[in-house]
Amino acid sequence: MREVAVIGVGMTKWGELWEKSLRDIFVETALLALDDAGVDKIDSLIVGSMSSGLFIGQEHLASLLADYLGQTPVPAARVESACASGGLALRTGFIEVASGMADIVLVSGVEKMTDVNGNEATYALGTAADQEYECYHGITFPGLYALIARAHMEKYGTTREQLAMVAVKNHHNGSMNPLAQYPYEITVDGVLCSVLVADPLRVLDCSPITDGAAAMILCPVDIAKKMKKPLVKITGSGQATDTIALSSRKDLTWIESTYQAAKKAYSMAGKKPQDMDVIEVHDCFTIAEICVTESLGLVEKGKGGKAVEEGVTSLQGKFPVNASGGLKAKGHPVGATGVAQAIEIVKQLREEAGPRQVKGARVGLTQNMGGSGGSSIVHIFERS
Amino acid sequence: MEGIIGYGAYIPRNRIKVEEIAKVWGADAPSYKKGLLVEEKSVPSPDQDTITMSVEASKYALKRARINPKEIGAVYIGSESHPYAVKPSGTVLAEAIGATPEVHTADFEFACKAGTEGMFVALSLVKAGEIKYGLAVGADTSQGAPGDALEYTAAAGAAAYIFGRENIVAECLETYSFTTDTPDFWRREYQYYPQHGGRFTGEPAYFKHITGAAKGIMAKARLKPSDFNYVIFHQPNGKFPFRVGELLGFTKKQIEPGWLVSKLGNTYSGSSPIGLTATLDISKPNDLILIVSYGSGAGSDGFVFRVTERINEVRDLAPKTRFLLENNRNYLDYGTYAKFRHKIRKAE
Repeated sequence: MREVAVIGVGMTKWGELWEKSLRDIFVETALLALDDAGVDKIDSLIVGSMSSGLFIGQEHLASLLADYLGQTPVPAARVESACASGGLALRTGFIEVASGMADIVLVSGVEKMTDVNGNEATYALGTAADQEYECYHGITFPGLYALIARAHMEKYGTTREQLAMVAVKNHHNGSMNPLAQYPYEITVDGVLCSVLVADPLRVLDCSPITDGAAAMILCPVDIAKKMKKPLVKITGSGQATDTIALSSRKDLTWIESTYQAAKKAYSMAGKKPQDMDVIEVHDCFTIAEICVTESLGLVEKGKGGKAVEEGVTSLQGKFPVNASGGLKAKGHPVGATGVAQAIEIVKQLREEAGPRQVKGARVGLTQNMGGSGGSSIVHIFERS
Repeated sequence: MEGIIGYGAYIPRNRIKVEEIAKVWGADAPSYKKGLLVEEKSVPSPDQDTITMSVEASKYALKRARINPKEIGAVYIGSESHPYAVKPSGTVLAEAIGATPEVHTADFEFACKAGTEGMFVALSLVKAGEIKYGLAVGADTSQGAPGDALEYTAAAGAAAYIFGRENIVAECLETYSFTTDTPDFWRREYQYYPQHGGRFTGEPAYFKHITGAAKGIMAKARLKPSDFNYVIFHQPNGKFPFRVGELLGFTKKQIEPGWLVSKLGNTYSGSSPIGLTATLDISKPNDLILIVSYGSGAGSDGFVFRVTERINEVRDLAPKTRFLLENNRNYLDYGTYAKFRHKIRKAE
């Protein structure tokens, strides 16, 4: 297997991009990534998108995007693993380069979510849950994560305020990220007084509906070494599944797919959780970040809430989590999220993250999750 | 110089509270009240519609204008709830106030800005010397689908303005319109309730067009926000007018006299025109007033008015808008409201 490096990243401001179409935002970010890498030709294009069919009525996405990027006849593929589609795109690109099938691979993620109304978006997102055993009974994602939150509170004494602190921390970090959809500070009181969505989760516990894209260029380390940029390698990649339906899980508070994916990634990289300097996790809801920090082994089982309260996961803490603002503040265009997480880690390792820079970060981790944990993808990055 | 020579508002006496609507839909009333800054809304009686409310408001405008209705050369009603799809509303109004038969009549529709649209045309005909007086009304018995967010605000009311060249109450110094093709809210033929684009109705719709029109008219008139005593913006909810005011540099104090939405709801074509009547009610000679409407689809009309000495003579000749809003109220339960709004289907 060849060693793989990231040589270019591209992302534009996320938000409600009503004046742009999916292909516009993809091409903008892809061009930025090509420019950053200093290449004008790619061997392969991978795009992660959860549901372009339901959101904009467009399938056959990979060819469309290869065309609009001016890269036909390049082989192109769209991959899907619900909200982990971006992470899967990265892993697919990684495998292509590592295997020697391609040298320069454009890995991207994109979702255009505001062309439909709130009900249609909720329906589209709901397709990441088990249609027959969950959705038909009326549950939506805020409801599923509310069940997880309630179980965590009952089992470990996690408090409502600790959930709010996740959102406050991520908005604080996001306030320093000019590309974030909501780059504003919020307060614990503000979260607690926001509109109730699914008890105990309130609207400021939930990541938003977002239009956005992200792109990066991968290549073998041998080629990357010739570039003048700091060398950032992908040293670990893990992917795992779990039951899609929450009701089939032994423990609602434990994200087994994340645990399994992380185990593989740590093993491939020869690293332990304690080695991580900067971490991006899938905080689609505040409770998700708490569960994921536990499943990644960063904090003890059941202590995720306490860790936030004690500042363990803050920018200055032992394990800075979601320096980018996370899904909560940065936005969550589902298919693009996994790629954007990797971009944040690359920026941190290159020391290009500006005011939110984690000093001296050499090793970073991304965790991208589909649905309520039916799939997880973990990557480890190192600067050498 | 041309301007308003008479004005009048009409608000039905029935009200329904946000709590009463939220209760039926299992919704969180405090969230709606906080999110929309609306507490209650007006509801028309079963026999009231855009035409009857236009007649009431026009009669008050005539009381203030003290003119012979036969001299009115144009009668316009702007509404998105004209009772007939084919057959004008304006003819009934013209007949009811005694302006027929030598009168030009038309019905306007442009979502929530149909009222100011009629005002724009009536004023322009007076300005052109084509007619001596022109009457324009903004009126709606707004529709909001049961359970939709719009149901908490869709209200009923009317405002009427008579324009002329003598005995002016508020002279018009400038007009300006700002229009684009922006489909944020619509109702197709044969549909009973409108549909809307959710958050799309905010930034690229309401805010873009109101700020566009307000900046445009202020540049044209060489005026700045602090030059105005009062400003009225379209009021689809309580928050939007304050937010757009803040964006443009207006103060709460300038907005508040015409801000009726918390107790009135959104009267669609009547919204900013009724706000202007309430502002005229408390204004003094030489006060400068800016009004900017908003209609989905989308566009905004702006007018700059300067109040004259005559306001003191006409103000008390008809009921003031705040009086109509705050007195003689009749609170409905949801069942009665549903019956009044014809939401209950009876056997044919």
